[in-house]
Amino acid sequence: MSVVNQPAPNPILIQIDRLCKSYELTDRSGELISQPVLFDISLTINQGEFIAIMGHSGSGKSTLMNILGCLDTPTSGNYWLSGRNVATMNSNELAHVRNQNIGFVFQSFNLLKRMTALENIAIPLLYAGIGRKESLKRSQAMLDLIGLGKYRDHLPNQLSGGQQQRVAISRALINQPQLLLADEPTGNLDTQTSHDIMTLFTQLNRNQGITIVLITHEEDIATHAQRLIRLKDGRIVQNEVKLSN
Amino acid sequence: MNLLVIIGEALRALKLNRLRTGLTMLGMIIGVAAVVLMLSIGQGAQININNTIASMGSHLLIVVPGATSSGGLRFGSGSVRTLTISDAQAVAELPSIEATAPVISGIAQLSYSANNWSTSITGVTPDYFSVSNWELADGSIFADADLRSAIRVAVLGSVTAENLFGNEDPIGKTFRISNKPFLVVGILAVKGQSLSGRDQDDNVFVPITTAQRQILGNQFPGSINHMLVQAKSSDTLDEAEAEITQLLRQRHRIADKMENDFTVRNLTALATVASTTAKVMAWMLGSIASISLLVGGIGIMNIMLVSVTERTREIGIRMAIGASYRIILMQFLLEALVICILGGLIGVALGIGGAWMVSQSTDMPIVVTFNMIGLAFIFVTAIGIFFGFYPARKAAALKPVDALRYE
Ligand SMILES: Nc1ncnc2c1ncn2[C@@H]1O[C@H](COP(=O)(O)OP(=O)(O)OP(=O)(O)O)[C@@H](O)[C@H]1O
Ligand SMILES: [Mg+2]
Repeated sequence: MSVVNQPAPNPILIQIDRLCKSYELTDRSGELISQPVLFDISLTINQGEFIAIMGHSGSGKSTLMNILGCLDTPTSGNYWLSGRNVATMNSNELAHVRNQNIGFVFQSFNLLKRMTALENIAIPLLYAGIGRKESLKRSQAMLDLIGLGKYRDHLPNQLSGGQQQRVAISRALINQPQLLLADEPTGNLDTQTSHDIMTLFTQLNRNQGITIVLITHEEDIATHAQRLIRLKDGRIVQNEVKLSN
Repeated sequence: MNLLVIIGEALRALKLNRLRTGLTMLGMIIGVAAVVLMLSIGQGAQININNTIASMGSHLLIVVPGATSSGGLRFGSGSVRTLTISDAQAVAELPSIEATAPVISGIAQLSYSANNWSTSITGVTPDYFSVSNWELADGSIFADADLRSAIRVAVLGSVTAENLFGNEDPIGKTFRISNKPFLVVGILAVKGQSLSGRDQDDNVFVPITTAQRQILGNQFPGSINHMLVQAKSSDTLDEAEAEITQLLRQRHRIADKMENDFTVRNLTALATVASTTAKVMAWMLGSIASISLLVGGIGIMNIMLVSVTERTREIGIRMAIGASYRIILMQFLLEALVICILGGLIGVALGIGGAWMVSQSTDMPIVVTFNMIGLAFIFVTAIGIFFGFYPARKAAALKPVDALRYE
């Protein structure tokens, strides 16, 4: 993994402007109702930042994260990623962005059940058009790096939660993305394992300059981040850079 | 992602669900096997008919007693014996005619030592053998002189010879027809079935005069069952037909407005009809078999739809880590195609095996051509693409966030 230096002139990685999101639901009588979830969110994230997003359940954290990760589209407002307006990209370009520029880590790990640890890590490489042999070689190197080298042939259900999450993180990082999005990555893990994962994130952020946006419910997990964004009922109610850390 | 990797993934996914894959494939296997089998049987039947036509003799007309009515052919009953040997002789003199062969036929009991055999007796002239393309396997045919003296000689069809004489050489032996002794002078080469499916090799040929007077004796002396007429060439068949009609009307003294008391039929035209019928039959068999292929295809679509639903979350994960529309589409399309093509391969093998078994148990030539196999494969691939496309597109068109949230 190469070290990505923060480019001085334009450090803005993410810019969102008055972004709104509402879900369309059908009620019992079959009528469409629109449920607004995010209201006029404006936010700028610079390259190399480590941000924690907090807020009550249902406040719209995951919704925002999915939009940031190009998995979902906003109802209105604009989103620029590395200066590109995401709304102008077609599905192919979005897939490419998800593959190359963004790494996703989920609370429930989301590994492919029927593939080994090694193969799970290799998929983003295969999607990037890299040959199978080379992909597996790089994946093995990644597994070794993360200390799970000997678990290469284990299926996800043969790994502990912490191990699964580390495999998932390896998969998110294998294409060296600038942005790592983690939706409650420690939500299913014990305190010690959570701490290990957070240490790993901090290292990735510090040593490789990877921008990290992390959702958490736990204050002490959030302390690892440099900036804290708090959502309440779909609005940003707190957005501050901590000087410590 | 290159195609080989996607194919690998498709194979894996199919292997994980062996029973389901197998059952889905079974639909394809049965369909393809049925198509191959039916097409080869159809082709075999066609070749059979073509062989028969080739053995029949060329540019032939057949004249039978009895009139043609507007509703089709009305054959002369036993009492309507309006054609005679002298009619045949007269027809032979016509300019467009090469030769004629008057025929009378009936059934009689044959015996040789302890063997008894009942079969058809055909009274013919020597010309008959050349007109209807018979070849001799052994001995000789009788001569015109034998005809005049109505002597008791016989030329045997191969099946009759075998049934009557077994391993003995029949030439020069004497056997009995209706208890009268006959000398075997010749054995005919194998010819096979006629267009109507009769075994032509189970037959005894005797001089027409002998048959008339000594075996099949009938009430109208000189009358015959039918005559074969060979035209000079296939171009003059129509002309020959007209000449024959004119001559026979004159000879039979039929008034201008009266119906013919005989019917001239073009055997070559009949053969063409038979051959066309066989072709149509072959295609019909093939089409019926391909319905089972269609059903197999629907089975594939069904299973692929189930599979897409089951794996919605997997699709979401794949999209989140960078799978494009094309990759998801290809993944599912290739799964359907692999089922079809593997099923097709096994089906072709089974079809060929079945065809071979059919050819072993009947004496029908069974033909499996590369065209047929190619056709089966094109069909199978088309089915895979056609029925695999909708489920695959459904998978690929999912919104990543919806797919990920699917439970
Ligand atoms: N697909 C959907 N259709 C309709 N409403 C939805 C959908 N997804 C989320 N919502 C609603 O949007 C709101 C915000 O959901 P979201 O998942 O973003 O919350 P969250 O902040 O991540 O909560 P948690 O901390 O529990 O994960 C909730 O009220 C939820 O009911
Ligand atoms: Mg959430």
